[in-house]
Amino acid sequence: MRTALTSLVSGVLFGAGLALGGMTDPARVRGFLDIFGDWDPTLAFVMGGAVIVMAIAWRIVPRLAEPIFAGEFHLPTKSDLTPRLIGGAALFGIGWGIAGLCPGPGIAALVIEPAAAAIFVVAMLAGMAVVRLFEGASS
Amino acid sequence: MTLPGFPEAAPLAGLAGGVLIGLAAAVMLLGLGRIAGVSGLAAKAVGLGGSGIARSGAWMFVIGLPLGALIVVLAAGGLEASFASPVTLAIAGLVVGIGTRLGSGCTSGHGVCGVSRLSGRSIVATLTFMATGIATVAIMNALGLEVL
Repeated sequence: MRTALTSLVSGVLFGAGLALGGMTDPARVRGFLDIFGDWDPTLAFVMGGAVIVMAIAWRIVPRLAEPIFAGEFHLPTKSDLTPRLIGGAALFGIGWGIAGLCPGPGIAALVIEPAAAAIFVVAMLAGMAVVRLFEGASS
Repeated sequence: MTLPGFPEAAPLAGLAGGVLIGLAAAVMLLGLGRIAGVSGLAAKAVGLGGSGIARSGAWMFVIGLPLGALIVVLAAGGLEASFASPVTLAIAGLVVGIGTRLGSGCTSGHGVCGVSRLSGRSIVATLTFMATGIATVAIMNALGLEVL
Protein backbone atom coordinates (compact mmCIF):
# COMPACT_ATOMS: atom_id res chain seq x y z
CA MET A 1 0.00 0.00 0.00
CA ARG A 2 2.79 2.41 0.93
CA THR A 3 4.67 1.36 -2.20
CA ALA A 4 1.61 1.98 -4.38
CA LEU A 5 0.84 5.38 -2.85
CA THR A 6 4.46 6.58 -2.93
CA SER A 7 4.75 5.46 -6.55
CA LEU A 8 1.55 7.29 -7.45
CA VAL A 9 2.76 10.51 -5.82
CA SER A 10 6.07 10.19 -7.67
CA GLY A 11 4.32 9.54 -10.98
CA VAL A 12 1.90 12.46 -10.59
CA LEU A 13 4.73 14.87 -9.71
CA PHE A 14 6.74 13.52 -12.62
CA GLY A 15 3.91 13.90 -15.12
CA ALA A 16 3.10 17.40 -13.89
CA GLY A 17 6.75 18.38 -14.20
CA LEU A 18 6.95 17.03 -17.76
CA ALA A 19 3.84 18.96 -18.82
CA LEU A 20 4.83 22.16 -17.02
CA GLY A 21 8.33 22.01 -18.50
CA GLY A 22 6.93 21.67 -22.02
CA MET A 23 8.29 18.16 -22.52
CA THR A 24 4.90 16.82 -23.60
CA ASP A 25 5.21 18.98 -26.73
CA PRO A 26 7.40 17.11 -29.25
CA ALA A 27 8.05 20.39 -31.07
CA ARG A 28 9.80 21.75 -28.00
CA VAL A 29 11.87 18.60 -27.50
CA ARG A 30 12.93 18.51 -31.15
CA GLY A 31 13.63 22.23 -30.87
CA PHE A 32 16.12 21.44 -28.10
CA LEU A 33 17.82 18.79 -30.21
CA ASP A 34 17.96 21.17 -33.20
CA ILE A 35 21.19 22.85 -32.09
CA PHE A 36 22.20 23.56 -35.70
CA GLY A 37 18.88 25.26 -36.44
CA ASP A 38 16.39 27.24 -34.38
CA TRP A 39 17.59 26.04 -30.97
CA ASP A 40 15.16 26.03 -28.02
CA PRO A 41 17.15 25.66 -24.77
CA THR A 42 14.09 25.01 -22.54
CA LEU A 43 14.89 21.31 -22.03
CA ALA A 44 18.27 22.28 -20.58
CA PHE A 45 16.44 24.14 -17.81
CA VAL A 46 14.21 21.13 -17.20
CA MET A 47 17.20 18.81 -16.95
CA GLY A 48 19.09 21.32 -14.82
CA GLY A 49 16.25 21.74 -12.34
CA ALA A 50 15.70 18.00 -12.04
CA VAL A 51 19.40 17.18 -11.68
CA ILE A 52 19.94 19.84 -8.96
CA VAL A 53 17.07 18.50 -6.83
CA MET A 54 18.21 14.91 -7.33
CA ALA A 55 21.84 15.77 -6.54
CA ILE A 56 20.57 16.92 -3.12
CA ALA A 57 18.48 13.75 -2.75
CA TRP A 58 21.55 11.58 -3.46
CA ARG A 59 23.40 13.36 -0.63
CA ILE A 60 20.60 12.42 1.77
CA VAL A 61 20.72 8.71 0.85
CA PRO A 62 23.87 7.87 2.88
CA ARG A 63 22.25 9.40 5.98
CA LEU A 64 19.31 7.02 5.76
CA ALA A 65 19.69 3.48 7.08
CA GLU A 66 16.78 2.50 4.84
CA PRO A 67 14.24 4.25 2.59
CA ILE A 68 11.41 6.04 4.41
CA PHE A 69 8.66 3.69 3.16
CA ALA A 70 10.59 0.52 2.26
CA GLY A 71 12.99 -1.96 3.81
CA GLU A 72 16.10 -1.36 1.78
CA PHE A 73 17.64 0.54 -1.12
CA HIS A 74 17.67 -1.12 -4.55
CA LEU A 75 20.10 0.94 -6.56
CA PRO A 76 22.00 0.12 -9.76
CA THR A 77 25.47 -1.24 -9.06
CA LYS A 78 26.81 -1.83 -12.58
CA SER A 79 29.72 0.34 -13.63
CA ASP A 80 30.89 -1.29 -16.87
CA LEU A 81 30.55 0.53 -20.17
CA THR A 82 29.29 -2.11 -22.59
CA PRO A 83 28.50 -2.00 -26.32
CA ARG A 84 24.95 -2.90 -25.31
CA LEU A 85 24.64 0.20 -23.11
CA ILE A 86 26.08 2.53 -25.72
CA GLY A 87 24.29 0.92 -28.66
CA GLY A 88 20.99 0.96 -26.80
CA ALA A 89 21.41 4.60 -25.79
CA ALA A 90 22.34 5.47 -29.39
CA LEU A 91 19.18 3.78 -30.69
CA PHE A 92 17.05 5.45 -28.06
CA GLY A 93 18.42 8.86 -29.08
CA ILE A 94 17.52 8.18 -32.71
CA GLY A 95 13.93 7.31 -31.78
CA TRP A 96 13.78 10.33 -29.49
CA GLY A 97 14.93 12.61 -32.31
CA ILE A 98 12.53 11.17 -34.90
CA ALA A 99 9.30 12.07 -33.09
CA GLY A 100 10.47 14.21 -30.16
CA LEU A 101 9.12 11.79 -27.56
CA CYS A 102 10.78 9.71 -24.87
CA PRO A 103 8.97 7.25 -22.58
CA GLY A 104 7.80 9.67 -19.85
CA PRO A 105 6.34 12.38 -22.10
CA GLY A 106 4.90 9.70 -24.40
CA ILE A 107 2.87 8.23 -21.54
CA ALA A 108 2.00 11.62 -20.02
CA ALA A 109 0.78 12.87 -23.42
CA LEU A 110 -2.02 10.27 -23.33
CA VAL A 111 -4.16 13.04 -21.81
CA ILE A 112 -3.01 15.67 -24.32
CA GLU A 113 -3.23 13.90 -27.69
CA PRO A 114 -4.59 10.43 -26.80
CA ALA A 115 -4.48 8.76 -30.21
CA ALA A 116 -1.00 9.95 -31.15
CA ALA A 117 0.45 9.18 -27.71
CA ALA A 118 -1.18 5.75 -27.67
CA ILE A 119 0.44 4.81 -30.99
CA PHE A 120 3.84 5.83 -29.62
CA VAL A 121 3.36 4.00 -26.30
CA VAL A 122 2.09 0.77 -27.89
CA ALA A 123 4.98 0.79 -30.38
CA MET A 124 7.40 1.43 -27.52
CA LEU A 125 6.06 -1.51 -25.55
CA ALA A 126 6.32 -3.63 -28.70
CA GLY A 127 9.97 -2.61 -28.99
CA MET A 128 10.54 -3.62 -25.38
CA ALA A 129 8.82 -6.94 -26.07
CA VAL A 130 11.15 -7.53 -29.04
CA VAL A 131 14.18 -7.18 -26.76
CA ARG A 132 12.56 -9.45 -24.21
CA LEU A 133 11.81 -12.03 -26.90
CA PHE A 134 15.40 -12.15 -28.14
CA GLU A 135 16.84 -12.37 -24.66
CA GLY A 136 14.37 -14.85 -23.27
CA ALA A 137 12.65 -14.11 -19.98
CA SER A 138 15.91 -14.16 -18.05
CA SER A 139 16.52 -10.43 -17.69
CA MET B 1 10.01 35.52 -18.86
CA THR B 2 11.92 34.95 -22.07
CA LEU B 3 15.56 34.27 -22.69
CA PRO B 4 17.45 36.92 -24.70
CA GLY B 5 18.07 35.55 -28.19
CA PHE B 6 15.64 32.65 -27.71
CA PRO B 7 12.10 34.02 -27.97
CA GLU B 8 10.60 30.51 -28.07
CA ALA B 9 12.26 29.32 -24.85
CA ALA B 10 10.37 29.04 -21.57
CA PRO B 11 13.19 28.97 -19.02
CA LEU B 12 11.12 29.52 -15.87
CA ALA B 13 8.44 26.97 -16.74
CA GLY B 14 11.24 24.61 -17.75
CA LEU B 15 13.06 25.07 -14.45
CA ALA B 16 9.84 24.68 -12.44
CA GLY B 17 8.96 21.53 -14.39
CA GLY B 18 12.48 20.23 -13.84
CA VAL B 19 12.25 20.83 -10.08
CA LEU B 20 8.96 18.87 -10.01
CA ILE B 21 10.59 16.01 -11.93
CA GLY B 22 13.51 16.11 -9.49
CA LEU B 23 11.09 15.98 -6.55
CA ALA B 24 9.28 13.05 -8.17
CA ALA B 25 12.55 11.15 -8.53
CA ALA B 26 13.52 12.11 -4.95
CA VAL B 27 10.23 10.71 -3.62
CA MET B 28 10.98 7.43 -5.40
CA LEU B 29 14.61 7.38 -4.21
CA LEU B 30 14.16 8.43 -0.57
CA GLY B 31 10.70 6.91 -0.17
CA LEU B 32 11.18 3.52 -1.81
CA GLY B 33 14.92 3.36 -2.39
CA ARG B 34 14.50 3.02 -6.14
CA ILE B 35 15.33 4.82 -9.38
CA ALA B 36 12.45 6.68 -11.06
CA GLY B 37 13.28 5.40 -14.54
CA VAL B 38 10.20 5.60 -16.73
CA SER B 39 11.26 2.99 -19.30
CA GLY B 40 12.12 0.45 -16.58
CA LEU B 41 8.91 1.11 -14.65
CA ALA B 42 6.77 0.94 -17.81
CA ALA B 43 8.41 -2.36 -18.78
CA LYS B 44 7.80 -3.71 -15.28
CA ALA B 45 4.15 -2.65 -15.34
CA VAL B 46 3.39 -4.65 -18.46
CA GLY B 47 5.49 -7.65 -17.45
CA LEU B 48 8.49 -7.07 -19.71
CA GLY B 49 11.22 -7.12 -17.07
CA GLY B 50 12.53 -3.79 -15.90
CA SER B 51 12.61 -2.43 -12.37
CA GLY B 52 12.50 -4.72 -9.33
CA ILE B 53 9.61 -2.80 -7.80
CA ALA B 54 6.27 -4.57 -7.19
CA ARG B 55 4.19 -4.55 -10.38
CA SER B 56 1.38 -2.66 -8.65
CA GLY B 57 3.85 0.08 -7.70
CA ALA B 58 5.11 0.29 -11.29
CA TRP B 59 1.52 0.62 -12.51
CA MET B 60 0.76 3.38 -10.01
CA PHE B 61 3.79 5.36 -11.17
CA VAL B 62 2.88 4.90 -14.85
CA ILE B 63 -0.76 5.90 -14.22
CA GLY B 64 0.47 8.91 -12.26
CA LEU B 65 2.25 10.34 -15.32
CA PRO B 66 -0.88 11.24 -17.34
CA LEU B 67 -2.71 12.22 -14.13
CA GLY B 68 0.02 14.73 -13.30
CA ALA B 69 0.00 16.05 -16.86
CA LEU B 70 -3.79 16.34 -16.68
CA ILE B 71 -3.54 18.60 -13.62
CA VAL B 72 -1.27 20.96 -15.57
CA VAL B 73 -3.52 20.80 -18.65
CA LEU B 74 -6.58 21.72 -16.56
CA ALA B 75 -4.74 24.44 -14.62
CA ALA B 76 -3.31 25.95 -17.81
CA GLY B 77 -6.55 25.56 -19.77
CA GLY B 78 -4.95 23.35 -22.41
CA LEU B 79 -1.37 22.75 -23.56
CA GLU B 80 0.25 23.36 -26.90
CA ALA B 81 1.59 20.22 -28.53
CA SER B 82 2.16 18.97 -32.05
CA PHE B 83 2.71 15.31 -32.83
CA ALA B 84 4.19 13.38 -35.74
CA SER B 85 2.09 11.24 -38.08
CA PRO B 86 0.97 7.77 -36.90
CA VAL B 87 3.59 5.97 -39.00
CA THR B 88 6.38 8.21 -37.72
CA LEU B 89 5.18 7.78 -34.13
CA ALA B 90 5.10 4.00 -34.54
CA ILE B 91 8.64 3.85 -35.93
CA ALA B 92 9.94 6.21 -33.24
CA GLY B 93 8.17 4.30 -30.48
CA LEU B 94 9.58 0.98 -31.65
CA VAL B 95 13.14 2.34 -31.74
CA VAL B 96 12.71 4.01 -28.33
CA GLY B 97 11.39 0.76 -26.84
CA ILE B 98 14.27 -1.34 -28.17
CA GLY B 99 16.89 1.29 -27.32
CA THR B 100 15.76 1.91 -23.75
CA ARG B 101 15.72 -1.79 -22.88
CA LEU B 102 19.13 -2.44 -24.43
CA GLY B 103 20.55 0.74 -22.93
CA SER B 104 18.97 0.09 -19.50
CA GLY B 105 17.21 3.43 -19.28
CA CYS B 106 16.09 6.68 -20.82
CA THR B 107 16.06 10.40 -20.12
CA SER B 108 14.73 9.88 -16.59
CA GLY B 109 16.74 6.93 -15.29
CA HIS B 110 20.04 7.86 -16.94
CA GLY B 111 19.56 11.56 -17.67
CA VAL B 112 18.12 12.68 -14.34
CA CYS B 113 18.76 9.97 -11.72
CA GLY B 114 22.07 8.64 -13.03
CA VAL B 115 23.68 11.91 -14.05
CA SER B 116 22.85 13.48 -10.66
CA ARG B 117 24.48 10.44 -9.00
CA LEU B 118 27.53 10.97 -11.24
CA SER B 119 27.17 7.41 -12.55
CA GLY B 120 29.69 6.81 -15.32
CA ARG B 121 27.31 4.52 -17.22
CA SER B 122 24.51 7.08 -17.08
CA ILE B 123 26.72 9.99 -18.11
CA VAL B 124 27.97 8.00 -21.11
CA ALA B 125 24.43 6.88 -21.99
CA THR B 126 23.09 10.44 -21.69
CA LEU B 127 25.86 11.93 -23.84
CA THR B 128 25.23 9.15 -26.38
CA PHE B 129 21.46 9.59 -26.71
CA MET B 130 21.81 13.38 -26.77
CA ALA B 131 24.36 13.06 -29.58
CA THR B 132 22.29 10.67 -31.69
CA GLY B 133 19.12 12.69 -31.00
CA ILE B 134 20.83 15.86 -32.18
CA ALA B 135 22.26 14.05 -35.22
CA THR B 136 18.86 12.56 -36.08
CA VAL B 137 17.13 15.95 -36.06
CA ALA B 138 19.99 17.53 -38.02
CA ILE B 139 19.91 14.81 -40.68
CA MET B 140 16.12 14.90 -40.96
CA ASN B 141 16.23 18.68 -41.35
CA ALA B 142 18.97 18.42 -43.96
CA LEU B 143 16.81 15.95 -45.90
CA GLY B 144 13.82 18.24 -45.57
CA LEU B 145 11.84 15.71 -43.54
CA GLU B 146 9.20 17.70 -41.66
CA VAL B 147 7.55 15.40 -39.12
CA LEU B 148 5.56 17.72 -36.86
